Amino acid sequence: MAGFRVHLLYFAWLRERIGRGEEEVEVPGEIRTLGALSAWLAARGPGYASAFAAGKAVRAAVNQGFAGPEAAIGPGDEVAFFPPVTGG
Amino acid sequence: MLRIRVQEAPFDIAAEFAALTAGRVDIGGIGCFVGTVRGDVAGRDLAAMTLEHYPAMTERALAAIAAEAERRWALLGGTIIHRVGRLPPGAPIVLVLAAARHRQAALDATGFLIDWLKTRAPFWKKESFTDGGEAWVEARLEDEAAAARHEIPK
Repeated sequence: MAGFRVHLLYFAWLRERIGRGEEEVEVPGEIRTLGALSAWLAARGPGYASAFAAGKAVRAAVNQGFAGPEAAIGPGDEVAFFPPVTGG
Repeated sequence: MLRIRVQEAPFDIAAEFAALTAGRVDIGGIGCFVGTVRGDVAGRDLAAMTLEHYPAMTERALAAIAAEAERRWALLGGTIIHRVGRLPPGAPIVLVLAAARHRQAALDATGFLIDWLKTRAPFWKKESFTDGGEAWVEARLEDEAAAARHEIPK
């Protein structure tokens, strides 16, 4: 399967560690799930490694809905990574 | 339908109450919760709390929480307003109003809305202290437990 583009968003301390709030990336075709995507991102550089090192403390959404590591991702998806929410 | 807003500006509780009740004589009770910025964290003085959110997702998440409240209680209306941006100690952060014919539904729905909002809406708080330090607020297990009280047993 060919690579595909996704739109990534980072919030709170993930944004600070990665150094940007959003980006478009070309993902290898073999990345099919959210879990595989975060593992791939963690290898992109020290900021990413630091952001994703927290493991379970990172939550995510695919196309604006909360999603777990098994969630499928594909071309054009908007994927957001963030810490557990703390509103209210 | 509950009215939902995310804004930087302060909210006017009296104006929101008036908007909710204008022309209505069927409402018998309104639950109200206002969350405010506490001025200290474990004895350390707070200079400000900064709230960040995921704009494309926030209103959708709040609408889903509101829809769940309307599914569980016969609400006659309600309001959720959540502020974002930099807020000083004492400032109101969030307003929840829930109107019903009787008090129990109004109070229960109000508690449900704020408990679920805390664990299911994409907001994050950062504390700035008077000593110059900063820290992202960590999710509290107590909040998860409070939200879990409303789970429907399977």
